Amino acid sequence: MPAALKSTDVLQTAPFDPRFPNTNQTRYCYQSFLDFHRCQKVKGADYKPCDYFKKAYNSLCPNAWIERWNDQLEGGNFPGSV
Amino acid sequence: MATWNTILLQDSASPLMEQLSFFHNHALLILFMITVLVGYLMGTLFFNQFNYRFLLDGQTIEIIWTILPAVTLIFIALPSLRLLYLLDEVNNPLVTIKTIGHQWYWSYEYSDFMNFEFDSYMIPLTEMKPQNFRLLDVDNRVIVPFNSQIRMMVTAADVIHSWTIPAFSVKIDATPGRLNQISFLINRTGLFYGQCSEICGANHSFMPITVESISPSFFTKWISKMNNL
Repeated sequence: MPAALKSTDVLQTAPFDPRFPNTNQTRYCYQSFLDFHRCQKVKGADYKPCDYFKKAYNSLCPNAWIERWNDQLEGGNFPGSV
Repeated sequence: MATWNTILLQDSASPLMEQLSFFHNHALLILFMITVLVGYLMGTLFFNQFNYRFLLDGQTIEIIWTILPAVTLIFIALPSLRLLYLLDEVNNPLVTIKTIGHQWYWSYEYSDFMNFEFDSYMIPLTEMKPQNFRLLDVDNRVIVPFNSQIRMMVTAADVIHSWTIPAFSVKIDATPGRLNQISFLINRTGLFYGQCSEICGANHSFMPITVESISPSFFTKWISKMNNL
């Protein structure tokens, strides 16, 4: 059993965000992805609180989107400003 | 198999669908009363023998049959609006499940803890077991915990699909490039079926959705089992 499940025994996911109150959650996913990378850029890769955003975009975004964005980040052609 | 049950709404499995069923019955009762009243009036007008040449107007009855329909409409509109806003209410979800429509199957991703995903194909006629429902059962069901707020993130990879479970009052378009969210709460265990509800190509009829609702403790066990695979 993964440690996260064992220790808390509570299911957790990205909470309701009042910035995105609509059915369309595309922006919530994208913004969380951006926020994670901006956070890492400012605070460094080891800064734990940044993982909040990573959890959020992992919960919300389709895996195919995350893969594509990661490829773009590696290739230097990611359209967003990190 | 088509039984008499299929002319009605499905049994509800969520509080919102319960309310929608109540509203449906309420509206149908009013429709029935109007139909009977109008039918009776038309019948009596058709067969009566009244002929009064000097009848020109009747202000009182005009007022009554203008106000009464307005009152009737209010009795339909207010519960309808209440439900409309109730359906849009956002609750804090416990689990997020992603579903992606493909031509022609659904794939599901559980990424709250570890990350795992699977595809859900319809069981073809040739591989059906006696307990399977024709054109409704799938090889990998979506497992969800009951009595928990569940958020579905719905999108598509190619064309527009629509993820639907009538028993939960859920129907939401899966649009490529857009991420739609819907939340629901299931109040009992069981198997619930739905079908793609947006014409998406040749096999549109053959990409059903099967939801298996289980208790939250079994759900966490299932998640950890899937993670270890």
